[in-house]
Amino acid sequence: MFGLKTSKISLFSDTKKLEKDIDEFVNILSEVGLAFKSIVRTYLTHSKNGNFDEMVEKVTEMESKADTITKEIEHALYEETLIPDARSDVLRLLEHLDELIGMYQGNCYHFSIQKPNFPEEFHEDLIGLTETVVSCVESLCLTVRSFFRDTKSVRDNAHKVTYFEKESDIKFSSLARRIFNSDLNLDQKMHLRYFVEKIDRICDQAEDIADELIIYSIKRSV
Amino acid sequence: MELTILLFLLGGLFLGWSLGANDAANVFGTAVGTRMVNFRTAAIICSIFVILGAVISGAGTTETLGKLGAINALPGAFACCVAAGFSVYLMTKFGLPVSTTQAIVGAIIGWNIFTGSSIDFGVLTTIFATWIICPILAGLISIGIYIGLKKFIASSKIHLLRLDAYTRTALLLAGAFGAYSLGANNIANVMGVFVNISPFTDINVSNFFIITSVQQLFLIGGLAIAVGVFTYSKKVMFTVGNDLLKLSPLSAFVIVLSHSIVLFLFASQGISSFLTSLNLPAIPLVPVSSSQAIVGGVIGIGFLKGGKEVKWSVAGKISVGWVVLPIITMIIAMFILYILTYIFNLNVVF
Repeated sequence: MFGLKTSKISLFSDTKKLEKDIDEFVNILSEVGLAFKSIVRTYLTHSKNGNFDEMVEKVTEMESKADTITKEIEHALYEETLIPDARSDVLRLLEHLDELIGMYQGNCYHFSIQKPNFPEEFHEDLIGLTETVVSCVESLCLTVRSFFRDTKSVRDNAHKVTYFEKESDIKFSSLARRIFNSDLNLDQKMHLRYFVEKIDRICDQAEDIADELIIYSIKRSV
Repeated sequence: MELTILLFLLGGLFLGWSLGANDAANVFGTAVGTRMVNFRTAAIICSIFVILGAVISGAGTTETLGKLGAINALPGAFACCVAAGFSVYLMTKFGLPVSTTQAIVGAIIGWNIFTGSSIDFGVLTTIFATWIICPILAGLISIGIYIGLKKFIASSKIHLLRLDAYTRTALLLAGAFGAYSLGANNIANVMGVFVNISPFTDINVSNFFIITSVQQLFLIGGLAIAVGVFTYSKKVMFTVGNDLLKLSPLSAFVIVLSHSIVLFLFASQGISSFLTSLNLPAIPLVPVSSSQAIVGGVIGIGFLKGGKEVKWSVAGKISVGWVVLPIITMIIAMFILYILTYIFNLNVVF
């Protein structure tokens, strides 16, 4: 009997810890996005400033923290056989969110290593694209939180993700067109297009995750 | 206690084991099938509460079975129990959730026919009627609880993980309640036929309370059920929890709860007397089928979800089992009674 009582207490404390871990994981995703926005701005305006490298390093730390949390959640869900009906959905979700954090980090690294030369005329567009991408992921964070607490709101929040993804596509096309219409050399045009495309892909991934979340929430509601 | 009496009681214990292996599996079937509760935890809780239910509240339904056929000779009781236990064991082998109630009623009818005793058709009709009412009632209760719970969860915005923890705890509590109700309602099937011929005497514990001979009988019956739960119930648990309808943990809880409520209603002398005191028709204290209550609950949830996901072939197989079981048991009981009477020269009736 006492064994059962202890396991009940442990179940509730494990649950609270897991809830906290998931919240923290989503916070990291949101914070990495905000950091990315600052990194792009800092890169474009003060590319030689040491602050940029510090910020990239911080994103790397956040990414590795997110990895640790994902593993902890994964182990806890399996070891405690929690949420048996939604476990695979939650694990796939976390994996895809982790990939999203990885995409942010990858972008930061590529800026840091390849140092693309964006002429000033493209700065505003690139910042605009980055802001849309970050807003898209912010909406995804809300969708993720609502999946865990309020499935009815998932569709509304996911709709915002789709909206920002479309915005991002428009901004990407416009910027890419401007880059290729410019007088830059083809190699530089290709190089800049690579960066713009990589940033836009974050939104595509966010939209895919939002679509998955709609399906998961339907599964939970039936 | 004489050796022959012990030998005959073994028939009842065999039936108790079958009940544990099959009927008791219903109580935690949905919880184990959905992997919300592991088998060992389910088996421990189920065993404890089945025994408590049998000893504390088992008397009510026993009277009804006694009325159907007052088996007054140990060999007769032995034959009925072995027949019922064997037929339930056969069904358990196929993973079919059947009812020990149906088996024992079939066996008692077999005894009545064999011995030429009169069958109380009034009681028989009441029992048959509850077999129809029980799954329908369980289905309706589960639909009502499910709708209410869904609304509550949607408005309370509980975190998925916390909801999981609550559901797990609720499943354990509802399972414990179900096991208690099962013990109270179904112990009559296992030990009811031995009540009139109980070999035990009352035990006075320090002038504090008395353990009656019937309670002692029910205690060993309860222990036999517990052994059945531990040794053989896993397969039926997965049939109930997985094969009929893919259940969510929440549906699993709703089904166990509605099953437990139905079993409790048909076993509670308190509720029955309360209704009588209000000049309302009393609930007949009949050993109903836990399998029927569970399957009724599962199909109720299935209907609520449109009915498409219910595996009707499995439901049909289970229903055929329910019809065939009492008939098979009746035939087996008559066969055993024949052997005991004409080969072993034992009196199966006084």
